[in-house]
Amino acid sequence: MADTDKGVAVRARGLVKNYGTTRALDGVDLEIPTGQVLGLLGPNGAGKTTTVRILTTLLLPDSGEAEVARHDVLADPDGVRRSIGLSGQYAAVDENLTGFENLYLVARLYGQRKPQARKRSRELLARFRLDEAADRPAKGYSGGMRRRLDLAGALVAEPSVVVLDEPTTGLDPRGRIEMWEVIEQLVATGATVLLTTQYLEEADRLADSVVVIDRGRVIARGTPDELKNQIGGERLELVMATADEVPLAVRVLGEVGSGEPTVDERSRRVEVLVDTGTKALVEALRRLDAQDVVVQDAALHRPTLDDVFLSLTGHGTTEEVPS
Amino acid sequence: MTALAKVLSDSGVITWRNVMNVRRNPEWLLGATLFPIMFVLMFAYVFGGAIGGPGGDSVEYREFLIAGIFAQTVAFNSSYTVIGFANDLQKGIIDRFRSLPMSRFAVIVGRTTADQVLSVVVLVVMSACGLLIGWRIRGSFLDAVLGYLMILLFAFALSWVGAYIGLITPSVEVANSAGLIWMFPLTFISSAFVPQESLPGVLGTIADWNPFTAAVNATRDLFGNVSPAGWPPPSGWPAENAALYAIVSSVAIIAIFAPLATARYRRVASK
Ligand SMILES: Nc1ncnc2c1ncn2[C@@H]1O[C@H](COP(=O)(O)OP(=O)(O)OP(=O)(O)O)[C@@H](O)[C@H]1O
Ligand SMILES: [Mg+2]
Repeated sequence: MADTDKGVAVRARGLVKNYGTTRALDGVDLEIPTGQVLGLLGPNGAGKTTTVRILTTLLLPDSGEAEVARHDVLADPDGVRRSIGLSGQYAAVDENLTGFENLYLVARLYGQRKPQARKRSRELLARFRLDEAADRPAKGYSGGMRRRLDLAGALVAEPSVVVLDEPTTGLDPRGRIEMWEVIEQLVATGATVLLTTQYLEEADRLADSVVVIDRGRVIARGTPDELKNQIGGERLELVMATADEVPLAVRVLGEVGSGEPTVDERSRRVEVLVDTGTKALVEALRRLDAQDVVVQDAALHRPTLDDVFLSLTGHGTTEEVPS
Repeated sequence: MTALAKVLSDSGVITWRNVMNVRRNPEWLLGATLFPIMFVLMFAYVFGGAIGGPGGDSVEYREFLIAGIFAQTVAFNSSYTVIGFANDLQKGIIDRFRSLPMSRFAVIVGRTTADQVLSVVVLVVMSACGLLIGWRIRGSFLDAVLGYLMILLFAFALSWVGAYIGLITPSVEVANSAGLIWMFPLTFISSAFVPQESLPGVLGTIADWNPFTAAVNATRDLFGNVSPAGWPPPSGWPAENAALYAIVSSVAIIAIFAPLATARYRRVASK
């Protein structure tokens, strides 16, 4: 690893980028301590990819400065390129080349000699469980295999900083979990990782700290737990069998919850925020059971990015950003 | 590794990648074999009968024609560059290249060079086909090699134009036609298939000064192939200095389009 001493691996200050009249970035600051994973969280159009492209030298900012692996993005882009591995939002896989050839190509362009490039490519294919498909054209790969191949391409030169732009978007649940495992292995090797995502759950599992951006601005930062606490834990939801039982449910949830329950009379649904998770669920059901009341449906929802957004901005993630 | 060695090595790697790409494409087999063979046979026998000189001697015409068909087919290969770039831009491969510590220039040289590698294969197929229908190289071996190099140099220059077109076209669909459309006037308003003296008025002047005409005339000459008996010999400065004019214009085209394409590449890629 080229960058072993502790310190800051990625630092960005006041990044601004305009596309015509669209302000894609409006003064983004972020910092990643060496060896840590930062989750850059935001809805469509928030500016995640724009940030990534600036940090990986693909795009010049209108103003602001950034340093990656101690190389200035503007003054020494080649230094940055030698230290990073990028897996962009859309897998940059050459469809007509085999998995092996894709990695070999990248290894050679990093300046590795032929035998080393061959060896490194085979190693990575095995590590990403692509060895069976290694000599088939990537055209026939599944979405998950392409993503893994693309990520393998980012790791060819054992970069000290790895940048992953929405590595699991578009993958099925199994593909997503496989990808998470791969990223966790990568983190275990000591790499610094910048990961963008639309899912709090993903940031929660992989990131040491999270920066939430919306419309080109940082609207929150902290550890995943801090963020979730900020919106008050989980949401407990009960659906009662009859309307008569709703007042009782409201009383019980008022006792076990951490806020005022909300009621939807028509669907006989009662909801409340809880801090104690499943404990609160069990407690609520126990108390209702003691009164011989049977609950039709009960659920505990973990906060979603939508909840975070709602609480931070007052608008959901699906809301269109005016351009 | 020195900077120059890295540029050369990167260009080689990118050339390999582009050649593999075309080879894996099922259309390539048709493009490299069937089409060139068909061109040779169609022009030789369909046009040959009609145009074949005052005596109707299609053997003579076939001999005249070969250099023209070679040059045209190889020129058309620059469309691989046009479509290849449009594809790469659309698919995000260019982003991967740009995030690597590699030469920018190599991305384009690797394209234009790959076209010539493919062209060599096409030339071998067409030459074999030409020999079968009675075409012969009448000059020396060295001249013949120079003849082939002449065609390749001119095609290489056209690939740089192709690179620029590929980088300015907004989509792969547009690139598909934009890559080919300019090839038709370029290669037909020339001495490739008919005596340039037979073209009327302005077309004749264009054909005379068309660098493609010069490349074809120079190659024809190096192959030792002549116009059918009784055809008016091409005249004027470009015809009398065909090799010189073809080389100078190839170099000039590269000198203009290499910087244009490189600058354009920097721009599109950093959007
Ligand atoms: N090349 C471009 N030209 C014009 N506008 C652009 C361009 N790239 C991005 N934008 C705009 O900049 C804003 C930020 O885009 P960006 O791609 O960074 O968002 P994102 O967070 O990556 O979104 P997504 O989750 O959809 O990938 C958006 O409003 C987008 O429309
Ligand atoms: Mg994005």
